Amino acid sequence: MTRAANLGRYLARARWVSPVALLLAWEAGSRLDIVPQRILAAPSVVVGTLFELTVSGELPANLLVSFGRVAFGLSIGVSLGIVLGLVAGLWRTGEATVDPLMQIKRMIPSLALTPLFIVWFGIGETPKIALIASATVFPVYLNLYTGIRNVDARLVEAARTLGLNRAAQIWHVILPGALPSFLVGLRYALATSILVLIVAEQINASAGLGYLVNYARDFMRIDIIVVCLMVYAVLGLAADGLLRMIERRAFAWRPSILEN
Amino acid sequence: MHTNALASGEPEMTAAPSAEPVVRVRNLVRRFGENTILDGVDLSIYRGEFIALLGRSGSGKTTLLRTLAGLDDAGGQDLRVPSSRAVVFQDARLLPWKKVWKNVALGLKGAEIKARAESALEEVGLGHRLDAWPLTLSGGEAQRTALARALVREPDLLLLDEPFAALDALTRHRMHELVQSLWRAHSPAVLLVTHDVNEAISLADRILVLDRGRIVAEERVAGTPAERARLRSALHEKLLSTLGG
Repeated sequence: MTRAANLGRYLARARWVSPVALLLAWEAGSRLDIVPQRILAAPSVVVGTLFELTVSGELPANLLVSFGRVAFGLSIGVSLGIVLGLVAGLWRTGEATVDPLMQIKRMIPSLALTPLFIVWFGIGETPKIALIASATVFPVYLNLYTGIRNVDARLVEAARTLGLNRAAQIWHVILPGALPSFLVGLRYALATSILVLIVAEQINASAGLGYLVNYARDFMRIDIIVVCLMVYAVLGLAADGLLRMIERRAFAWRPSILEN
Repeated sequence: MHTNALASGEPEMTAAPSAEPVVRVRNLVRRFGENTILDGVDLSIYRGEFIALLGRSGSGKTTLLRTLAGLDDAGGQDLRVPSSRAVVFQDARLLPWKKVWKNVALGLKGAEIKARAESALEEVGLGHRLDAWPLTLSGGEAQRTALARALVREPDLLLLDEPFAALDALTRHRMHELVQSLWRAHSPAVLLVTHDVNEAISLADRILVLDRGRIVAEERVAGTPAERARLRSALHEKLLSTLGG
């Protein structure tokens, strides 16, 4: 009796119950033909398709192409964001020069640049990577720059009284102080890069996740589309998990993390 | 007026009668916009002296300390301070991302930096917290770490900017004793900025009162703790009336 009551209380609070219930309802709906297959594929069909695509090598190959685009675009965007953030954060003239330009750039939605990039770079790999790079510069730049500017001035002052020169102050005080904010920027950049990837891969791609989606749309393969949606979600989760791991290592000094 | 007596080079009666003061300030004036914060301060601090600088909020005492610490630029003023100086602030100002001993070792040059940091921390009774993160320290422990960080540099001038103000009474009392014993062991010149008359009397051997940017009174405190205690009530009245006026 109490065991049943305990189980009931556990289920009422467990966070996995509602997603599983939704999956079951979806599956049942498909089987009973309430949800037609041409509208949405059943979960069991999606899992089967996932398995097929994986075994045939189609999904891993296309995923690798997309991953390469994200990695290339991100590394350009993040590097550029770091350089600009440092210039604007550490140097008044740099701030006066860089920040207005970055604020102007911010007002132009990254994806709106797509036609321009196609004219400039054609329809190959370059515009896709350029789009990802240009969209990820700003979050990194802004968070690093404000992170540097928000470093506790009293700590910098204390470092001065300890005889640290400007370079040592930057290394020991300013950069570690700006790190939490920088990682927030990196998190935004990762999320943005996946979003931009999806749109960029609509440009005449012959490989990649976006290509797979386009192909599935043309052949009404709802199951493949759903598989690709799941892969996008997993990519987002993986990016988030990666950053959480970095943060746990970088912020070992924070009491909230010490307690856990 | 006391200020004039100081300016004319009143003979000093310190334990170490070295003729050259560690700190010599002549007619120091600091202005920020319309406000005159320091209005002609003369100050000499001798080797091994413990000076308390008393004053109300806004009297200019922190500005004077910051000028001596080199934190505020005092261009063109007659100011001589040793290059070897250290500051302990009201807040410990430890870098939270560096372990305690790394905070103490920050900016040290030369050999055996870790050993020096460790012995400084042992001296303030924190030999067991070397690898702790600063945010896990209590207020008193953080201030002791800041003291160790200052003393490991063997400064000629130790500047204390109300370092005990944020501590509870018992911890403050312990810190007083610690600062006294460290001062005896290392004998730097100390300038303690405080608004606590009792603290000034129990720690310093010379007390200066700063008001509206001028040094308006100077008192010498001498003798054993017992004698100090006897002096206390008399001095207390006098200093409070000076501060009140």
